[in-house]
Formats: sequence, C-alpha cells, structure tokens
Amino acid sequence: MLRKIMDKVGTMFETNKLLKPLYPAYDAIDTFLYTPKHVASGSVHVRDTLCLKRTMTTVMIAVLPCVLWAMFNTGYQAFAAMQAAGMAEIPVSGSWLSFQWQAWLMTQLIAWTKDCGMFALTADPSNWLACCVYGALYFVPVYAVTFIVGILWELLFASVKKEEINEGFFVTSLLLPLTLPATIPLWQVAIAITFGVVVAKEIFGGTGRNFLNPALAARAFLFFTFATNISGDACWVAVDGITSATPLGMTLTSGMDGIRQLASAQGLTEMQYWFYAFIGLIPGSMGETSTLACLIGAALLIYTGIGSWRIMASMLAGSMATAGFFYFLYAIGSVSDPVYGVFPHWHFVLGGLAFGMIFMATDPVTASMTSIGQYVYGFLIGFLVLLVRAVNPAYPEGVMLAILFGNVCAPLIDYFIVQANIKRRELRNV
Amino acid sequence: MSEYKEIILKPIFRNNPIALQVLGICSALAVTTKLETAITMSLAVTVVTACSSMVISFIRNFIPDSIRMIVQMVVIASFVIVTDQVLKAYAFEISRQLSVFVGLIITNCILMGRAEAFAMKNPPIPSFLDGIGNGLGYSLVLVILAAARELLGSGKLLGMTVFQTVNDGGWFQPWGLMLLAPSAFFLIGFFIWILRTFDPSQIEE
Repeated sequence: MLRKIMDKVGTMFETNKLLKPLYPAYDAIDTFLYTPKHVASGSVHVRDTLCLKRTMTTVMIAVLPCVLWAMFNTGYQAFAAMQAAGMAEIPVSGSWLSFQWQAWLMTQLIAWTKDCGMFALTADPSNWLACCVYGALYFVPVYAVTFIVGILWELLFASVKKEEINEGFFVTSLLLPLTLPATIPLWQVAIAITFGVVVAKEIFGGTGRNFLNPALAARAFLFFTFATNISGDACWVAVDGITSATPLGMTLTSGMDGIRQLASAQGLTEMQYWFYAFIGLIPGSMGETSTLACLIGAALLIYTGIGSWRIMASMLAGSMATAGFFYFLYAIGSVSDPVYGVFPHWHFVLGGLAFGMIFMATDPVTASMTSIGQYVYGFLIGFLVLLVRAVNPAYPEGVMLAILFGNVCAPLIDYFIVQANIKRRELRNV
Repeated sequence: MSEYKEIILKPIFRNNPIALQVLGICSALAVTTKLETAITMSLAVTVVTACSSMVISFIRNFIPDSIRMIVQMVVIASFVIVTDQVLKAYAFEISRQLSVFVGLIITNCILMGRAEAFAMKNPPIPSFLDGIGNGLGYSLVLVILAAARELLGSGKLLGMTVFQTVNDGGWFQPWGLMLLAPSAFFLIGFFIWILRTFDPSQIEE
C-alpha cells in the first residue's frame, strides 16, 4: 500500500518539471522507509548488510536513553530548583520576544490535570510524569528547530548538487540538542545548525567528506557567538530567575570543595552525590548529564561494532591518566589551584566527557580510520579534555574543543600510521 | 585610456588581492572588528601601495637585480613611516587603535607583490594606477568584512548604534564570534565563494 503511494509520488517527482529539483526529498523519505532501490550488484568487492542508513539508525537507538533522560532531567532540575527556592508556581515572565511559553503552557497543563488522580501534573520533582512533560516542552522544540532548519539546508544543497539526502543528518540533528542547555533560544539553535550543516559539512562536500563533526561545530559556533546563553550559571535550569552552577563549573573555582558544597546542599554525602552525577541528576546540558544513559548507548554501539571501542577506551584512559597526574601534582603540592585536585572518577561523571567520548569522538567520518591511529586519537582527546578543564581558567568544560581538535588532527595521525606501515612493509621486501 | 581603466578595475573583482591572490590576510583579520579602523587601514594601504609602486617604477632601471628586494623594502618602509606619522598627527585616536598594524604595512604581501610583479616591469603611471587598483581591491574586502563584523559583533556601524544591544536595553544580542579573528576567515571564505560563483574562471583546479 505504502509502496504503491510512494511509487506514484515518485513518478510524479521524476516527470514533473516543477517538482524535479525536489526529487532528493522524495528519495530520502523513500529510502528511509524501504531498502534503497540502487543496491550494489555485480562484481563489487565489498558486500555488507550494513549501509549508512542502518549505521545511523543504530546510533539513533543508542542515543535514545540520553534523549529520554534529557526530557526527564530538564523537568526534574527545574522543579528541584523551584523547591529549593521555595517557589510553588512556575514563574511566567518575559516580553513578547522572550516570552516563556513553556512555563505558561506548563502552568495551564497543571491546572487542567488537577483532577486526574495519578496523572495529575504538579511542579514537584517527585512527579516524574510532570518532569518529563516539562522537559519535553523544552527539548522537543529545540530538536524540531534543529531538524527542520537543518533538513532545509540539506535539501537545498542536495537539489543543487543533484545528490540524494542521506541519513547522516538525522544523527547530527539528534546530537546537537542534547549538547545544549534547556533554555537556549530557538533562533540561536537555528543559526547554529545552519552553521554546522553549511560551513562544517556541505562546503566540504557533504556527509563523508566533512572533517569536523557538524553537531560539535554548531555547538562551538553557539559557544563563541552567544556565550551567555550556553555557559555560565544562568542558563542551566529551565526556570526564569534561577541561577545554578553546574558541578563542573564549581570545580573550576573551588575544586572538590565545590562538589562537597553542592552535595551537602542536597543533604548527600560525597559518594551519594557521585551516584547522582553518574545517573545524571545534576544540572547541565540537556542530554549529557547522565553517564549511565551514555554507557547504555555505548554498550549497543560496541556490541554492534558501530562505535569504535578503541576510541572510547583510549579516550577514557587518556582523560583518567591526565586527571590522575593532575591530582598527583595537587597532592604533592606542586600546584595549588583546587581544580587540579578533582578526583579522576569525578571527571568521568561531570560535564560531557561520557557523551562526547561515546557519541561525538567516535563519529566514523571525522575520527581516525586506522586501528593504531584510533588509540592515538582517543588518547589525545582525553588528554586535551583535562588540559582545558584544569589548566585553562576560562572554560570549565573542554570536551567540545578537545574533540574538534582531535577531528582536525585525525587525518594527520592516519597519514603517519599509514606511512609507517608502508615503510615497514618495504623493508620486508628488500 | 581604457588600458588604464582596466589596470585600476581588474584587481577589484577579477584579480582581487585578498580573494584570488590570497595576500594581506593578516591585517584583514586584525583591523576589521570596526569599520572606522578598517577604512583608515584601507586608505593607508592604498596610498602606500600606489606611491611606492610609482617610485619603484621610476628607479626600476637603476636597481641592481641582486639587491632589488632591499631597495623595494626601503621605499615601502619610507612611505609607511610617513603614513604612520601623518596618522599620529591628525588621527591619533584611530592610530592608537590600529597600533602596530600601520607599521606592519611594510610586511603586507600586497606591497611587495605589486612591486615585484608589476612596478619592476612597467612605467610609473600604470604602476601608480596598479597600486591604486590593488589598494581598492584590498579596501573592498576590508570594508565588507568590517561592516559585517561591526554590525553583528556590536550592533554598530562607524561607532553609531544600528541595533540596540541587550546590554543597553535593546533587543539585539551581539554575536561574540564576530569580534574574534576566526569570523574573518569565515567571512573571507564566503566572499570568495560568492565571487567565484559569479566568475567561475577564478576556480582553481
């Protein structure tokens, strides 16, 4: 049935002059629903059931735990912050330009569902349904804007180049919102994804030819362009007027004391708070707070062989070794800056380390291709993450910058590995 | 006459020193956060290129080949010093903002490039016009960059408020990236992209 409709629409796109430029759009929907029409046939060298579409779909499934957690935690953090500040109702304010429709809509929803028994929504962190709804009110629009604006650019470039749209963008559009704070203005998201798709990807020839991860390039653009909306204390909690430092931000100024302070503010011991951070009950960018959700995704990616375990393992090793070294320096008194004294296991659960390690650094297009190169690449990124976190006094988080730097170095690393291999084999054949 | 016109106009779009020859990029990054400084810099470079090309062209038959670079440098440096002094005397505030970059015109590749490629082989008047033309080509890119960067980076043009920024109680949120050097790379890239779309003969293989 659906096949018939698609075929009918397809011939329309192939014959009609006006619609012809839009053929890539049809083709994208068609191949998304069915197997592509043009599969490799004849004597090709490599036959694999794994196509780009399946790769990307697997990644999207792997990200799903993070997405769900993003919605829950955004709401949870907002309500928890309100509770701590003693607010009973979500404040709705702002002029026409910055009107907080999410907060307004949520107050309406709370009013409507007052009599629904167990489905009644309340602005209470223990009401998980309300948390998810409120989080979704923030996450879904950001995702929708990313997807629609990005796909329009993809469509434009595909039409001009007469190529088909491929599924690479689905992953990009899902990863970008997860790395953004909930309160990010939507028009900024639109500009960021435009930059990510056009400058970081399409200019270089589209998916497979980009040397930077488009989602991270888009985030970096936002980070440097609208710094107050994506860093600092005011943007992490989706309640107007509440500022909250992320635990990682606290480590930059006061090290472990900052973390202990946050823990005792919630009546927790340091170890309990570590588990909170591991599960993801801390303020931060929407999708990257939960190390646990990222690890579930990592399990799927490694099991299916889509994400490179070499990159993940070496990046973890690189960051932990560097964190350990910094802690050693702090412990023997070589450096007095408290940020050096943060334990390595804390670095693992704070900020975007796990998310970047599992979903961003392993992007097959921008990472190293060779096996040894992947170890070097991962270790380099892990090292750089800690370097930016600890040594740079301006940025609390270094994952984004470290991975972008790794992306730039990846072709160089591969080049040396390949050259070394060629030399080795030449010697063998003398 | 049309020959002269050709010499002046060619470097503006068809052989732009920044977009095609890729010369003088450093100063294009450094002085384009504000339109005012960019215009001053453009004027300075245009004057110095034109005058030094003309002088070098006058003495081109007397310059020994083995030390021609040094002689060109001496001529260029003299004009740069004069320009710098004039700016300090009559536009001190701008000269302070441009700081070292006026002095660095000496090392601007456009000047050496034109002296070496054009003035050493052509009579004084065409050399003078070639200097003006290349200066204008450079100015065009600088002014476009500076206008875009100042407008988006601080909501102003020539120091006058166009978009009221959020900090001043307006609606415009300045684009911090535009005040950083990398944004000039992106903008030059876009400029080259547009230029080559209209003139595909500039595309390199």
